[in-house]
Amino acid sequence: MTAETGAKVEDGPLIFPTETPHSLTEHICATTLHEGEDGWTPLWWWLGLGFALSLLGMGVISVAWLFYAGLGIWGIDWPVAWGFDILNYVWWIAIASGGTFISALFFVLRAPWRTSLNRLAESLTLCAALCAAIFPILHLGRPRFFYWLFPYPNTMGLWAQFRSPLVWDFFAILAYVLCSIVFWYFGVLPDLAILRDRAQRRWQQVFYGVLALGFRGSGRQWRHYQPVYGVMAALMAPLVVSVHSIVGMDFAGGATPGWHSTQFPPFFVFGAALSGFAIVLLAVIPLRPAMGLQPYITPRHINILGCLLLTSSLCVAYAYVMDVFSTYYGPDPADRVMFAFRLHGLYAPIYWGTIMLNIVFPQLLWWRAIRLKQPVVWLICLGVLIGMWLERFQIIVTSLARTQLPSAWGQYTPTVWEWSLLCGSIGLFLTTFLLLLRFMPMLAIAEMRSMLGNRP
Amino acid sequence: MGVPFTPRANIIMTICLGTIACVVTSGCLLWFAWPYSDYERHVGWTVEQPVPFSHQHHVAGLGLDCRFCHSSVERSAQASLPPTFTCMTCHSQIWTNAAVLAAVRDSLLRNTPMTWQRVTNVPDYVYFNHSIHVVKGVGCESCHGNIAAMPLTYKAKTLTMQFCVNCHRDPGPNLRPAENIFDTDWHRGPDTPGPAALMALYHLGRRNLTECSICHR
Repeated sequence: MTAETGAKVEDGPLIFPTETPHSLTEHICATTLHEGEDGWTPLWWWLGLGFALSLLGMGVISVAWLFYAGLGIWGIDWPVAWGFDILNYVWWIAIASGGTFISALFFVLRAPWRTSLNRLAESLTLCAALCAAIFPILHLGRPRFFYWLFPYPNTMGLWAQFRSPLVWDFFAILAYVLCSIVFWYFGVLPDLAILRDRAQRRWQQVFYGVLALGFRGSGRQWRHYQPVYGVMAALMAPLVVSVHSIVGMDFAGGATPGWHSTQFPPFFVFGAALSGFAIVLLAVIPLRPAMGLQPYITPRHINILGCLLLTSSLCVAYAYVMDVFSTYYGPDPADRVMFAFRLHGLYAPIYWGTIMLNIVFPQLLWWRAIRLKQPVVWLICLGVLIGMWLERFQIIVTSLARTQLPSAWGQYTPTVWEWSLLCGSIGLFLTTFLLLLRFMPMLAIAEMRSMLGNRP
Repeated sequence: MGVPFTPRANIIMTICLGTIACVVTSGCLLWFAWPYSDYERHVGWTVEQPVPFSHQHHVAGLGLDCRFCHSSVERSAQASLPPTFTCMTCHSQIWTNAAVLAAVRDSLLRNTPMTWQRVTNVPDYVYFNHSIHVVKGVGCESCHGNIAAMPLTYKAKTLTMQFCVNCHRDPGPNLRPAENIFDTDWHRGPDTPGPAALMALYHLGRRNLTECSICHR
């Protein structure tokens, strides 16, 4: 374990030298198939699942009551008609970006370190995108008609309003969620075949066998597999940029102070990268010891992710600075009134909290020693996720609360149903992620094996 | 442990996936096509009425004008249904003992209106005004069909939003000269003014008739 304290972590190994293709397969399969004496279902997993399910239960009750009673149970009203619904949606979809950045973008860039992280990161993407996708539906007055956003010939003789970013948003989210699922599934396919072949119990053989869709690892299958995976990665990398740009346009398209800005699309991509890398670190740091992944996810990976987190934090800082600059350089007094409210109004702690958590604390990552102190990195990441949530609160609520007409000013207080829905979405995220941890290989076995095979 | 799958598994899997694809596709198509069906829209359905009133007999046979009974159609949002006295204009003199008209006589006796059931309806969130349509050249037939040929009255058109909006987008072809409004079997003849001329005649085309608030108030 000298690598844990290694002075030159950048040159450290991506996989410990003691590992072989065989030991890797053994380890991951033992974890996933929970075979042997020490069958892997540790206490923390059960405790985590119990906690996640109790949160999810809160969410289910909240949604059931919402469907029964309608949107009036929420705190949203004029002028703040967007509240936790859109806030949580933007927050989750940004969290989902991490897996795509790591898995697709760095695959296209041929970064060898992404192989250890891609399955974990993509699984996080999948769970977070699922959470994000429910909020736009829940925030509709009549959720059962959500498909009206889809342009199909209908008896109303109407099409969706193609000029609205909200319609582009529907397409962007739908495409992103579907592509994320397909990309994840296609990536896991060879590993499912490995699990099928190693499974001892009948139900596992059938379960993984059906999911593996007859993948046998023949030369012909691999010859088709590799280019398809490459094309998918090449599609996903721009898709993650487009989806967050369009989320930004949802706001930039509105003539609301603080929203109507051309920098919003890239700003939201920066924010997405920041929360995406934060969630990956947040999950990876405790899972390394918990699942025995230290040989495959090394301090070098933590170091790289720390650098990426710092970079995206600097990008977000640039966007915050430009926000201030364009407000005070620009001609619109309404913008300045709103921004003054942001800086020292009712919600000022939220603005300053955003700055501290997203910009100031991540600057600690300039020091390598801090980047390698995992508890500190973990706390910074937790802070970033909270900070990104606060940032969305600040963008959505303070802008709507101080629009151009002073007679239309107001404020927003979320109700218990909005808080319980937020908890419910966290529960949904944790439940799905824990289930994936338990039943799916959390390292890309096939890809890692080829990496180990090529090692001198 | 034996081999988990026999060669048959591939065929079973293909059939399963194919079936799922077929069910999903046909389910979507059905769900999409269903609102277009006459069954869903109740087109051609008659409604049980207190008296089996025949428009065919009264309009085509006897030559009554629509407005004889639906007297407010040119001035009011509602076309209105006639009071029992209107029926009794004739039926106090003819068919005075007919069994089918017992409900009419009963209504007069008790001084309570007949409970006619609505045949052609639009939802509550639709604002519909008969007078503006009649005055601006839309014939009864355009929405109600050839009433004069109906022994029992049934819904003749789908009355979907598409039905309304198609005409609101381009009213011209559906307009007719004022003297033909109440003709339930009218056809455009060689002397009929063209759509554009009728639009001008009725002063139409100056206002966007597809504004949401035209129908949803």
